[in-house]
Amino acid sequence: MENDPLEPVSKSPQEILPTIEVQHISKRFPGVMALDDVSLQFFPGEVHAVVGENGAGKSTLMKIMSGAYIPDSGDIYLGGEKVTFNHPQAAQLKGISIIYQEFNLLPERTVAHNIFLGREPSRFGTMDIRQMNKKARDVLKEIGVEKMISPSALASSLSVAEQQLVEIAKAISFKAKVLIMDEPTAALTYTEVGLLDDLIGRLKQKGMSVIFISHRLREVFDIAEKITVLKDGKFVKTVSKKDVAPADVVYLMVGRTLDHYFPPLGKPEDFGEVVLKIKDASNTLLQGIQFELRKGEVLGIAGLQGSGRTELAQALFGVMPFKSGSMELHGKAIAIRNPFKAIRNKMGFVTEDRKSEGIAPRQPIRDNMLLTVRAIQNLFGVLLKDGIRKSRKLVPMLGKQVDIKTDSYDREAQYLSGGNQQKVVLAKWLASDADVFIFDEPTRGIDVESKAGIHDMIRELTKRGIAVLMISSELPEIIGMSDRILVMADHKVAGELPAKSSENEIMLMATGHSNAVIQNAASSGKE
Amino acid sequence: MTESISTPQTGFSKLLRSIWAGIKKTPPVYPIFFIIFIILGLLNPNKYQSMNGVMTFLRTAAPLAVLAIGEMLVLALGGFDLSVGAIVTFVVLVSSKLLANDPANAYPAIMIMLGSGLVIGLVNGLIVSYLKVPSFITTLGMMLLVRGGALYYVGGAPQGYLTDNWRAFGRNYIENVPLFGRVPYAFIILIVIGALAYFLFHRTHFGKQILTIGDNVRAAQFSGVRVKLVRVLTFILCSVFAIIGGILLGGFGGVNVTIGEGMEMQAIAACVVGGVLLGGGKGNILNAIFGAFTLQAIVNLLNLLGLPKPYTDAVQGLIIIGAVAYVGISSLRKR
Amino acid sequence: MTTATVTANGFRRVLRSIHIPPVYFFLILIFIAGGLLDQVFADGQIFSNPAIMLNIVVRSVALGIVAVGQSLVIIGASIDLSVAYTISITAVMSSYIMVGKTENVPMAILGVFGIGALIGLANGLIITKLHVNPFIATLGTSLIVKGIINASFSNYTGSVPKSFEYFGYGKIGPIPVSIFILVIIVMGGWFLLARTKFGSHLYGVGGNSEVARLSGVRTDRVLIIAHVICSMTAVLAGLFLVSQMRSGAPWVGPNGVYDLNSIATTVIGGTALAGGKGGVWGTLGGVLIFGVLETVFNQLGVNPYIKTFLQGAIIVLAVASYTIRSKKEAA
Repeated sequence: MENDPLEPVSKSPQEILPTIEVQHISKRFPGVMALDDVSLQFFPGEVHAVVGENGAGKSTLMKIMSGAYIPDSGDIYLGGEKVTFNHPQAAQLKGISIIYQEFNLLPERTVAHNIFLGREPSRFGTMDIRQMNKKARDVLKEIGVEKMISPSALASSLSVAEQQLVEIAKAISFKAKVLIMDEPTAALTYTEVGLLDDLIGRLKQKGMSVIFISHRLREVFDIAEKITVLKDGKFVKTVSKKDVAPADVVYLMVGRTLDHYFPPLGKPEDFGEVVLKIKDASNTLLQGIQFELRKGEVLGIAGLQGSGRTELAQALFGVMPFKSGSMELHGKAIAIRNPFKAIRNKMGFVTEDRKSEGIAPRQPIRDNMLLTVRAIQNLFGVLLKDGIRKSRKLVPMLGKQVDIKTDSYDREAQYLSGGNQQKVVLAKWLASDADVFIFDEPTRGIDVESKAGIHDMIRELTKRGIAVLMISSELPEIIGMSDRILVMADHKVAGELPAKSSENEIMLMATGHSNAVIQNAASSGKE
Repeated sequence: MTESISTPQTGFSKLLRSIWAGIKKTPPVYPIFFIIFIILGLLNPNKYQSMNGVMTFLRTAAPLAVLAIGEMLVLALGGFDLSVGAIVTFVVLVSSKLLANDPANAYPAIMIMLGSGLVIGLVNGLIVSYLKVPSFITTLGMMLLVRGGALYYVGGAPQGYLTDNWRAFGRNYIENVPLFGRVPYAFIILIVIGALAYFLFHRTHFGKQILTIGDNVRAAQFSGVRVKLVRVLTFILCSVFAIIGGILLGGFGGVNVTIGEGMEMQAIAACVVGGVLLGGGKGNILNAIFGAFTLQAIVNLLNLLGLPKPYTDAVQGLIIIGAVAYVGISSLRKR
Repeated sequence: MTTATVTANGFRRVLRSIHIPPVYFFLILIFIAGGLLDQVFADGQIFSNPAIMLNIVVRSVALGIVAVGQSLVIIGASIDLSVAYTISITAVMSSYIMVGKTENVPMAILGVFGIGALIGLANGLIITKLHVNPFIATLGTSLIVKGIINASFSNYTGSVPKSFEYFGYGKIGPIPVSIFILVIIVMGGWFLLARTKFGSHLYGVGGNSEVARLSGVRTDRVLIIAHVICSMTAVLAGLFLVSQMRSGAPWVGPNGVYDLNSIATTVIGGTALAGGKGGVWGTLGGVLIFGVLETVFNQLGVNPYIKTFLQGAIIVLAVASYTIRSKKEAA
């Protein structure tokens, strides 16, 4: 029992006061107990990750701590003093800043305006823009990014990572003692994650208490020191990173060991004839794309953010079509100019941002699931014959296939949880009977257990003879799922790698190194 | 044995509960309409408590209802059609000249009108789809275009009268109908159009796609919906229905330069009173029709109360605001 | 660092910070095209007679003033359809109170600004507290105001004293007073938007009201103030018009299509209906375009109905010229 890595961490002997502490916090929403008697402590100069499955209560806890929700019971203590927040701004003024996944920036305003919205410095009754820009530059300097970001730049002109930095600068400008981040690395590239890591290190040294929610255990282990696991609204354990392995954390989250994160890869005899063949295809965003996709295989598309992967998917699907080059589907030459034609030719595209691109929130779940099927049928196709009667059997069948949890398919889709909404999108494509599927970040924002379910389903599809193109930023996912790996860089195909290539090889190719270097890495890795 | 004694009671309370649930779900426009109509009936039993009177009311309300149906389709799509009022003006003025006081010209004139509606809707839809101009601005421009064009064509004043056979659709009745007495042609036309629209909107893929586009156009695109095609067709339907509404209104009211002015606002208001969301994604044909009936009933009520026309406008404004506020607040509470 | 280089640097910095809204290129294009047409088909006064060019601006004053107010409201992601009838009620009430006597002028001005503030307040409250869509809310108030006007007045009412006509016809040097007023209002609008906290907050409310609210901005208050300002600009425009017409009539507002035109010029000027971006200088450009068109049409003797027809086409084409490049689907 000694050195049991799963034993909770005890307070340090000097009895340092936690920067923020929650005690016996409970919160109930209609039909679900989101948080049940949770007590936690967060210390200064510490990076603390909160993990758990979808619905474990992480977001709710963060929202309570940042003043967006009021707990039903329990107290919050800031530096030993009890506090209550009835508005997020109250929390912000007390030094608790939260950065959500969908950034809270105004795209058409400058960085300085965004940071100081509501607190603009004034002089003689008017807004002092020069002072505001100067103060903005100061906070940007405090986090070391004053060279990257200018206070007068428009928020919309910044990259996702830069926008996140602005959000962090905003927090600093509030003299934040606690910084809460929801999935901070979700939209970042590999290198950007590294930069964020460095920044968090600097914040840590300033004595800030950094708390973040993430599903990416790999990054949790890279960045955090302490890890707290929540399950079904209840506190499970807080562990120290150095004492555990990711598998232990997963066990705490899920209650069982997940034997395979990934289903086994396909074997050569599983792969059939070439279904999709692209030769020298280009448009304004891509150049000279060339590859083949075979029946029954998973072709992973890897690459840094901005390398053109989503553009490739959009080109294939007709959203931003290719302007030159050739495309062959099942051996027939074809030009896909719009999604309608793509779907008619049995292609499916499960987009990256499922909430804004996949679901019509005010339509019933049933209609969402049948959306694609109906889109390609006769425009004035009568629902009475096709849709309604068929949907009575088809919809529940699909729902069961993707394991949607809902009491009725006639409810508006917006009332489903995020995870269930993603399942509806999946169901929609399964209904369409496609035989070439494009997945763009299929498990982004999904918890560990459901991730495995989706991976299993993708492999299931290939067993049925469907060809899958899978875009992913998570290297473990690429390596775990791909029968072949296509690496993109700089809006071109950088090259192809075989299954089970190492992360190193993939990253080298993605960052534009020569084949020789990559070969070297491959052979040295195998020794 | 206690089972059989308690079952009828629970059965009854279950019935009550489901009735109450049904009442809660009923769109507010229906009770509002019926209350107003009942008040009308109490104030003027001769007119509003007689079948004759009801039929007369329906004849008056039909044009706005037809306009509201078309407008609702565009609203469900997430857009606006501000040109429908000008289209009504167009129909009445241009027909007055086309007819040249000769009844034989009636049917060709109507055909030309319907054709024009098709063109107007087509242009509206194409501009929004391909030039990406928001429908608010597009149909605003079209409104000026259509009104200017119509006034130019007739030189600023009606060029003739509308022949009786042309006016029959909006003005005349089918006589000697069992049970109902006389039924206005306008109402029959409304029923036909309403049924057609109901079928298209609630019972075909077309309607579902309109809702999806209004709800989340990107999701619609990515799911293979032919957004541009659906949009153009929707605008065409709206304009053609506006033409029909114009024919009904001209039949009923005769020629008049200002006819149709402001009707686009009334059509939108009718839809909103009927519970249509002004962002798209939700809509119901029957509700829109009753929204129009409600507006008309309000106008009639105010006239009956002896309120001079100016006050009618003011009260209409108050009621529109009130109805929308009520609908908005009650839907917020439902969440 | 000599003074020369310092001023040169300063000058350069100022130049760089001035973004000329694209609408002005259209203005120049339309002006030249119109002028050429005028040369060919009419007596070519547009290029030759400076009074005509001045007239273009004077023509634009009423619309320009109210368009500034409308721009504020649109930046806040709202809209105001009641400006036309606000103008009408101003014209009629001011004229009625003044009855041609100079000593009544201050009371008349106070009265109509009071009415305008009331209308703006009503608009703002209905939108923010009753959560009614701005389109419907301002449509409703416009009907109410219309009703009040028509119930009390049906024709020209009262009259404006000669002294007040200074507003509409007076000159300071060679330049009409009205142009000064327009410039002051536009600059005032610019200042409000670019240099005050209110302006910054307004952009926030229009861009993403949730974000603004979370940042502590009193979103309701900001929007109500914007609506009050908009109604007040309508009142000012009404006063200007009545000083030119010498007597107020109920049809002044709707006849000039001030509601839809103020919205159109705002959008043409580059302010999006969705809110959160844009500015008054662009709107001024849009208003001047309308002014040029009015004048060109007049010079060419274009039938007023064709004028309406062309106005519609031009509004759409002008907006299309920059929406055509966007990749997003329009609503």
